[in-house]
Amino acid sequence: MIPGSFDYHRPKTVDEAVALLGQYGEEARAIAGGHSLIPMMKLRLAAPEHLIDLGKIEALRGISRDGDTIVIGATTTQAELIASPVIASNLPILIETAMLIADPQIRYVGTVGGNVANGDPGNDMPALMQCLGADYVLKGASGERSVAARDFYEAAYFTALEDGELLTSIRIPLPPAGCGWAYEKLKRKVGDYATAAAAVMLKLHGGACSFASIALTNVGDTPLLAAEAAEALVGSSLDKSAIDAAVAAAEAITNPASDGRGPAEYRTRMAGVMLRRAIARAKNRAA
Amino acid sequence: MNDMTVPREEREAKLEGMGCKRKRVEDVRFTQGKGNYVDDIKLKDMVFGDFVRSPYPHARVKSIDTSAAEALPGVLAVLTAETLKTVNLAWMPTLAGDVQMVLADGKVLFQNQEVAFVIAEDRYIAADAVDLVEVEYEELPVLVDPFKAMEPDAPVLREDLEGKTEGAHGARKHHNHIFEWTVGDSEATDLAFSKAEVTVKELFSYHRCHPCPLETCACVASMDKIKGELTLWGTFQAPHVVRTVASLLSTIPEHKIRVISPDIGGGFGNKVGVYPGYVCSIVGSIVLGRPVKWVEDRIENLSATAFARDYHMTTELAATAEGKITGLRCHVLADHGGFDACADPSKWPAGFFNIITGSYDIPTAHVAVDGVYTNKAPGGVAYRCSFRVTEAVYAMERAIDVLARKLNMDPAELRLKNFIRPEQFPYPSALGWEYDSGDYETAMRKAMETVDYAGLRAEQAEKRAAFERGETRELMGIGVSFFTEIVGAGPTRNCDILGIGMFDSCEIRIHPTGAAIARMGTISQGQGHQTTYAQILATELGIPADMIDIEEGDTDTAPYGLGTYGSRSTPVAGAATAMAARKIKAKAQMIAAHMLEVHEDDLEWDVDGFRVKGLPEKTASMKEICWAAYNNVPPNMEPGLEAVSYYDPPNMTYPFGAYICVMDIDVDTGAHKVRRFYALDDCGTRINPMIIEGQVHGGLTEGYAIAMGQEIAYDDMGNVTTASLMDFFLPTAVETPFWETDWTVTPSPHHPIGAKGVGESPNVGSVPCFSNAVNDAFAHLGVTHIQMPHDNWRIWRECKRLGLTG
Ligand SMILES: Cc1cc2nc3c(=O)[nH]c(=O)nc-3n(C[C@H](O)[C@H](O)[C@H](O)COP(=O)(O)OP(=O)(O)OC[C@H]3O[C@@H](n4cnc5c(N)ncnc54)[C@H](O)[C@@H]3O)c2cc1C
Repeated sequence: MIPGSFDYHRPKTVDEAVALLGQYGEEARAIAGGHSLIPMMKLRLAAPEHLIDLGKIEALRGISRDGDTIVIGATTTQAELIASPVIASNLPILIETAMLIADPQIRYVGTVGGNVANGDPGNDMPALMQCLGADYVLKGASGERSVAARDFYEAAYFTALEDGELLTSIRIPLPPAGCGWAYEKLKRKVGDYATAAAAVMLKLHGGACSFASIALTNVGDTPLLAAEAAEALVGSSLDKSAIDAAVAAAEAITNPASDGRGPAEYRTRMAGVMLRRAIARAKNRAA
Repeated sequence: MNDMTVPREEREAKLEGMGCKRKRVEDVRFTQGKGNYVDDIKLKDMVFGDFVRSPYPHARVKSIDTSAAEALPGVLAVLTAETLKTVNLAWMPTLAGDVQMVLADGKVLFQNQEVAFVIAEDRYIAADAVDLVEVEYEELPVLVDPFKAMEPDAPVLREDLEGKTEGAHGARKHHNHIFEWTVGDSEATDLAFSKAEVTVKELFSYHRCHPCPLETCACVASMDKIKGELTLWGTFQAPHVVRTVASLLSTIPEHKIRVISPDIGGGFGNKVGVYPGYVCSIVGSIVLGRPVKWVEDRIENLSATAFARDYHMTTELAATAEGKITGLRCHVLADHGGFDACADPSKWPAGFFNIITGSYDIPTAHVAVDGVYTNKAPGGVAYRCSFRVTEAVYAMERAIDVLARKLNMDPAELRLKNFIRPEQFPYPSALGWEYDSGDYETAMRKAMETVDYAGLRAEQAEKRAAFERGETRELMGIGVSFFTEIVGAGPTRNCDILGIGMFDSCEIRIHPTGAAIARMGTISQGQGHQTTYAQILATELGIPADMIDIEEGDTDTAPYGLGTYGSRSTPVAGAATAMAARKIKAKAQMIAAHMLEVHEDDLEWDVDGFRVKGLPEKTASMKEICWAAYNNVPPNMEPGLEAVSYYDPPNMTYPFGAYICVMDIDVDTGAHKVRRFYALDDCGTRINPMIIEGQVHGGLTEGYAIAMGQEIAYDDMGNVTTASLMDFFLPTAVETPFWETDWTVTPSPHHPIGAKGVGESPNVGSVPCFSNAVNDAFAHLGVTHIQMPHDNWRIWRECKRLGLTG
């Protein structure tokens, strides 16, 4: 549990960080909260020769509203997210989810940007970002680009982030007014990654579901946007048959690993159970 | 002379003696981060050791190339089995009469087995060098399932034992067989079964788990080559035994070895055995002439140091139609891993498993235990239980529930019907123990009344009906367990470790001002010995506990003792404390008589000194007597006030308890909620109720973890899949249920202060209680037994099998 040796850099600006990442290429890794990266380094599953600490870059921190978009700086911690009035009034599902991540100590240090950039299917924020239709703003030597969370994840630990690129912020469009929301996560204990989890946003109009978005955590090697499941709900009164169809559609796209949380079959079923419960709670919250 | 004019109650309160909820004196340093653990020890020129470990569970080691590692700047040495052979230490004896490789000698038998030991100037260099050691392996077929160990064509694990048909505990039936241990009357038992009106039979597997102490195992070995003296600091639960073993293995004379256990961050049995890390550190220090520190990381601790349980117990009960148990039969398949490194008293290869008849008056019983080798880590320690007691209690307490189902009787009622009655004590059990004291029915009834057992059963019936009607997706389970522990090993006539009897010791010195120091043969790992021993002395000697220092863990100063495990500290060393104190008190009485110019028989003890009978104003307080011991002793008496006691207990002690658990199970996820957990413990005389409560809380939390998910699991290829705290279930405060504790007091008749030991009871008693609750939730559906651990997916699997969920 002792990492290999590395050089440590602490830039003060985004440009400096991007320059360092560019200079060292695949030998460099950005470090934010370190709560995913450092354990991997201790296990020597990651052995970066250069660590670029983002902690002193003020510009990467903070939460703001930009018209109909909420902007979250990459190094904003989970704790800051939880305490943010902007998030509480516009995107309370982020708080519900963050509260289910690890424990308070980890949430004081772990960042939202690190959580989404990490690429571990166990992370909770990526599926939520897919559910919300968020975009990630990436900056590299050749400039800035924006990648949708729904296009970002390729496989476990493989993302659209290129060597030399930094995630600077996450942009989340405000959901339709009156949306109901819920994030349901089954885990073995505090600090455990999900056995399965489901994020649901939905809107009711005259007793029928007029909008739905669903994504799943840790039941595949990437977060899973369950588009068909959402479609099964839209237009329905959220009756049992619609929900059954949504659950079946969601379960159909899962491909979980068998591990200590349970065999694949169980985890698939739990994705369904979490979805069912999330829909029920979201429905109750929908205006 | 008027110290004793203060009212009795005030003087008693000032002592903070037995029965007082005295705050733990240890916590002053622990809560401020000022403890002194092995890793806090820093010596001049100290270097660090780290292991190269095998990625394979079973493989031949074809070659080890250490040259690249040795070439790394800062690396001082790389030890392999070949190096250790030059000092005859490639293998070492285990506590169970087997031998164990220190470093892989030709092959490896479990994943993460120690293959080479790198010593470097610092930890980082050592870890880098570990990666540079090139080991060539040839994989061999792996044996994971103990039930396949004795198949004719099972792979041969222990080539060193080839052709040996006799082991340390008798005949070996197969190349992977270690021993068979039997006890009881098999003919009489067979007869009881053949005549029985009702019988039940079930395989209860108690899965492999691990004590996982907060602090991992560690040591610092420092060889002073000029003086020829070895000092060894380590996380040792039995420092004196380590000294003796180290002397026998290294041939350094025992008086030239000093073993020190500093503060220890939890042991629970994990720190009883001798590990390769200790041997390699000692050899390293001898070779280099510099202190060598070795500290395990969590993965190493969980995957390579001693596990617990892994007992597979086919258990049968015979009974009359009315529910009177007439016989018990049990066959155990015990998975010991690659080497038999069980930590039991030497003559007891299956520990005290023969306590399996439990709290019940069972006339005849028979037990057979077969130990086998598999490609798993060695161990088999008592994880907060006295030597296989928790396994035995689990089998009995599950079996009686299964019998209750078959008889269609309430499980609590069936227990009440079969309890050993108070007037039967001392009670000779069918499997050879003599229980000292107990009042089981009182304890059981108190538990049932407190939780309103009848009300709970009614609620359960309602809830089941609501489930049938589709109004809830939860099932309610009520778990009952009633355990009898056997602790305080033990009488030297049948308990020894490598030939050393399992007595324990206390040495007391009283200073002229009435302050005192007592040194013990035990060693606290969190049990609060410094606090409780002082309380025993305070009551026995009339000296305030705050004036008494307790010292343990340094073999240069402490009297020889067998250490702390198996709840033995209070039953054995606590008795030694009282006995030594009584020697001092006898001398104090003579000095008091001299001071007061009366005959000793004219004196009576009164809390903290003596009074002359009939003349209560004439007193000699202990404080005055202590002073007089150094200047005014009777003619022909030696001055001073000191005593030593080496206490050989006449019998074990038998604490017991009644536990009840109420649990709700979500059939759609298999998740559970412990709604209520009530634990009544009877540990005899209660020295410090607050410490007892703390011990009970800790043990219940461990028991909860074990029953509901904690395991050391291996996949089919022999890879350990639970070697970090991400996967090994350690509950946090959030998962931990709320504990209700209670007690009755049935003193041990043979113990000087009537105390029985409590450290392990909650682990022993709670595991079957949780498991019984889970099984009870499904009992109305015909379920007899669901194997532990009862984690979410396994419970869900059962729900699915029963058609309760999709
Ligand atoms: C005990 C424990 C339990 C946990 N439980 C959960 C849980 O239940 N759910 C959950 O979601 N997470 C969990 N985590 C992970 C935690 O949330 C991490 O904090 C998070 O995954 C990573 O955030 P970080 O800021 O710590 O990132 P780091 O560990 O610093 O980085 C993670 C990865 O992202 C990269 N990175 C970080 N920031 C950027 C950036 N701005 N641009 C480009 N790349 C970047 C790093 O290079 C690295 O590869 C747990 C962690 C622990 C230790």
